[in-house]
This record gives sequence, C-alpha cells and structure tokens, in this order.
Amino acid sequence: MAVDEQTVEKLAELARIAISEETIEEVSSRLGDVLQLVDQLQSVNTEGVSPMAHPLDEVQVLRSDTVTEADQREDFLALAPQTEEGLYLVPKVID
Amino acid sequence: MEWEIVIGLEVHVQLATQSKLFSGASTQFGAAPNTQACAIDLAMPGTLPVPNEEAFRFATMFGLAMNAEIGKRSVFERKNYFYPDLPKGYQTTQLAEPIVGPGKIEIHLEDGSSKTVRLHHAHLEEDAGKSLHEDFHGMSGIDLNRAGTPLIEIVSEPDMRSAAEAVAYLKKIHSIVTYLGISDGDMSQGSMRCDANVSVRLKGEEKLGTRTELKNINSFRFVERAIKVEAERQIDILEDGGSIAQETRLYDADKNETRSMRSKEVANDYRYFPCPDLLPVVLTDDYVEKLRGELPELPDAKSARFQSDYGLSAYDAEQLTQERALADYFETAARSSGEAKLAANWITGELAALLNREELSIAQSPVSAEQLAGLIARIKDNTISSKIAKQVFEAIANGEGDADTVIEKRGLKQVSDTGAIEKMVDDVIAASGAQVENYRNADEAKRPKMMGYFVGQIMKASKGQANPQLINQILKKKLDELL
Repeated sequence: MAVDEQTVEKLAELARIAISEETIEEVSSRLGDVLQLVDQLQSVNTEGVSPMAHPLDEVQVLRSDTVTEADQREDFLALAPQTEEGLYLVPKVID
Repeated sequence: MEWEIVIGLEVHVQLATQSKLFSGASTQFGAAPNTQACAIDLAMPGTLPVPNEEAFRFATMFGLAMNAEIGKRSVFERKNYFYPDLPKGYQTTQLAEPIVGPGKIEIHLEDGSSKTVRLHHAHLEEDAGKSLHEDFHGMSGIDLNRAGTPLIEIVSEPDMRSAAEAVAYLKKIHSIVTYLGISDGDMSQGSMRCDANVSVRLKGEEKLGTRTELKNINSFRFVERAIKVEAERQIDILEDGGSIAQETRLYDADKNETRSMRSKEVANDYRYFPCPDLLPVVLTDDYVEKLRGELPELPDAKSARFQSDYGLSAYDAEQLTQERALADYFETAARSSGEAKLAANWITGELAALLNREELSIAQSPVSAEQLAGLIARIKDNTISSKIAKQVFEAIANGEGDADTVIEKRGLKQVSDTGAIEKMVDDVIAASGAQVENYRNADEAKRPKMMGYFVGQIMKASKGQANPQLINQILKKKLDELL
C-alpha cells in the first residue's frame, strides 16, 4: 500500500520533522512497506479479542500522594538555551 | 423561524492533590516559576511516570457522585501535539477506557424547574504549563509549575438548550467537586475551566447543527455571555443563508464577541495511542464500594433534608446547599438558634448582601454562625425587634462583639414595659389631633391602615426600641376608646 507524497508531508508537519524534497520519495516507500506489514496483521481474525493496552500482563502500581521532589530549578535552567526571571524562553507562540 | 441552541460542555477540574499526577513535584499554587517542575514534568530523557493514587481516589469519588459507571480498568493514552508548555510533545490522558463512564445529574434552574443532563464520560489527564507572552524581547516565557497537575475532564452529552442551563450545569459540577473536597473549584485561579460546544438548529429538527468549540471560558458569567453571543452569531449566519464552519473560537469578554482561533492550521490529528510507559490501572470492587460508603452528603440530598427537617422552601434549600460551607453555616445557625426559617432568611438576606458587598466568601464571614444564632435568639425572645436587629447585625459585622454585647453596650433592648409604652401612645395621640379626628370619621375597614401613622410616631419616639406588638395592641385599644 503506497503512501502518497501529500500524506508524507502532512505526517511530517504533525511530527514537526523536516523532510527534504530528495528524501520524500524514499520515506514514502518505506512507510508503504510498514503499512504492508500492517495489512498482513489486519488479515488476522481478531473477533472476540479485546485490544491490548500493554504487552506486559500486569497492572499499574500507584504511588502515594506525597511531595518527594525538591526544587532543582537552577540546574534545569542551566540546560536551557535561553532563560529569564526563572522562565524558559522560546520563540514567540501565540494562538 | 424558531431556533434551538444545543450545548455540550467540557469542564476541566484541577484535583486538589499535594503532588502531580505522574511525579512527586508539588502542585501548590503561586510558587516562583519553574520551582515545582521536576525532571519528569520537564520530560527529561530516562524519566518514567508513576501515577498518583489520590488522583484515582478523587476521580472515582467524582464518578460515584455523578451516578456514573466507574472504569475499574482504565488506560492512559498519549495525545500528540506540539506546544512549548507541553514538554513531552504529548499529553498523557485517557480516551478509550476512561476512569469514569456514562452517568447523569440533575440541574436546577432559576425558575425552580429541574432537568437531567447526561455525562458522556470523565477522564484523568495532566495539565500543561503556562506561556507568558509579554516583555520577553519578542519571545515567550514558559513556566512549567502547572505541567503535570492532575485534572479530570468532564464531558457532558449535548443536553443543554440554553446558556442558563449551561450555567446551572457548571454550578452543579462546581458544587459537587467542592462538596467532595476534590478541588477548590476556584475559577479565577483556573482550578475549573470550561469549553463549550455550541450549535443551533431549527426547533423540531432532530439532526444536530455544525458546532463550534468555545475555549477556556473562565467564569460563570462569561459562560452565559459567550454562549449567547455565539448562538446569535450562528443564527445570523444561517438566516442569511450561510453555513457554520466547525472550528475553535475564543470568547473576548471585553468586546463580547467570539472569534476564530485557528485559521490555516492543519486540522488537529492527535494520533492517540496507549502510553507504553504506563500499565492499565485496575481498581477493585471493594475499593470502589468503600469509597461509595465514604461519600459525604451531596447537594441534592442535603437540599431535600433541609426541606424536610427544617421546613425550608425548595428555593431556600437550593440556595443554601450550593456551597458546602454555606450549608454548614446555615445548619449551625439553625440548630443553635432553633429558628431555621429565620436563620435561612437572615443568611439569604442580610448576610448574603454583606458578603456580596465586601466581596467575601462564607468562610470569611465577619459574622459567625454562632453570632447569627445569638442575634436570632434575641429577636425570638423579643429583646429586640427585627428592625433593631439589622443595626445589631451591622455592629457584629464591624467587630463590636456578639449580639448581647452590642445590645447592652448600645442600649438597644426593646421596651416591653407596658406602662412606658402607654405613656408614649398617650403623648402621640395628644399631639395628633387632626389624625385622631380622621381616624374617628373613617370607615371601619380603613382604620387598620390609618394606624400606621401613629405606630410610626411612637416608634420614632422610642428610637425604634418599643415592642411593635405591644404598640399595636395598646394603640388600638386607646384609639377605639375615643370612638
């Protein structure tokens, strides 16, 4: 099952990945291969089988509601390219 | 053409846990930026989330209060989108298997009628951080303290038919979450936020119209105004032969209008999938039933009890049970004074006006429930009249002490001394020759009304302290003697 270039471009935008003109054809064919595998899986009869949320047959352990994290802001801020007044700065985003 | 408005609400409620949904960072409001954002909240590589059991307990309590099915097996999924206040690039939320399934609640409208609104489901998810857009040299500042705070998103069916119904629903949700103590419900601090899906259709039409989603409306008043103005906008377009675009719109309170938020962006495609970092959460029947047994008395049950135990009207009971703290205040005042109806009148009248004027919550009331009960007791035993009681109430509010202290200090004790009142009545009758003459010449039927003049004069002479029942009694007798 082929993936057309428009779909590849849309997926790239959703994933915020830059895909160059030259590679788009290759990406499209690789994704097509993946979908072919999915097609094979789809042919299996799954009637009466409930979807699996996790490959481990275990249930989640919960933690008690206590504050265990100390403030390490200065260490984390030091990792960021730009900060001011304790805030992480990013290119302007306004909806 | 008669149009019908169809509204469904998505309400986000911040849960009052100490720590976050997936990390041990504090959720306290108002801390310095990023001091409560730990490695997990920042999506540092190698970190793994561990869910907070209190968040599940709170969500389960909410589901039980909404008469809903509890998802004894719930699954977290990833909702993928990019925004700088969401460091992971996805929000951990629930979709196919949420913690709370379908349910229903009764809402109460101003006109006294009730209506059932169906709950589609409610799910647990994490909140995002905050973006600040001012004063950073053309950049945005990101504060991630709120990132990872537990929320329940409560999704209704499109069952509401007016802005007033939407507000009543929202108030009911607010009332339930604060009664349960699972959220402070403070809309001004964003603890409760509301998105509204609004569409219109011709009355009688079954098919739903195209809806728009109004984002982040942050007060009860704005919810009402935003829905009204959006419905009007849609009706205008349709009546002009146009069509509605399905889109997200923002309500501008200053201009009282809605406007489109995302114009050219690719339609959202969140590509949900089960979060591989988290296993399904399973709650046992015992756990759920234990929580059911521990639920506090909820607003509707309390309202019904207030009507049967204290003889309150449905309206008063409704007013007094919207907020748990107010209901507790009433119950204390009613019990210690033994006068439930008087207590209800004072709370919905004088006290409500005072709190409104001073912009105080019931918890901040300058007059305690015991003080109000003390005041009511003095009205009941005729120490003071209702009129003087208002003066005493103001004095208590100003911190002059309880009712007995104020009455004593200001010398407001009602005059119930028959001799003293007889003298005042005689004086007023003697000084009002013309009025007495009119009274004598008037029809029998008109006389009771004409007594008002004399009562007013006597009250004035007694500085409002004479017992009104005694005045009436003595005055009637004395005037009738002159006939």
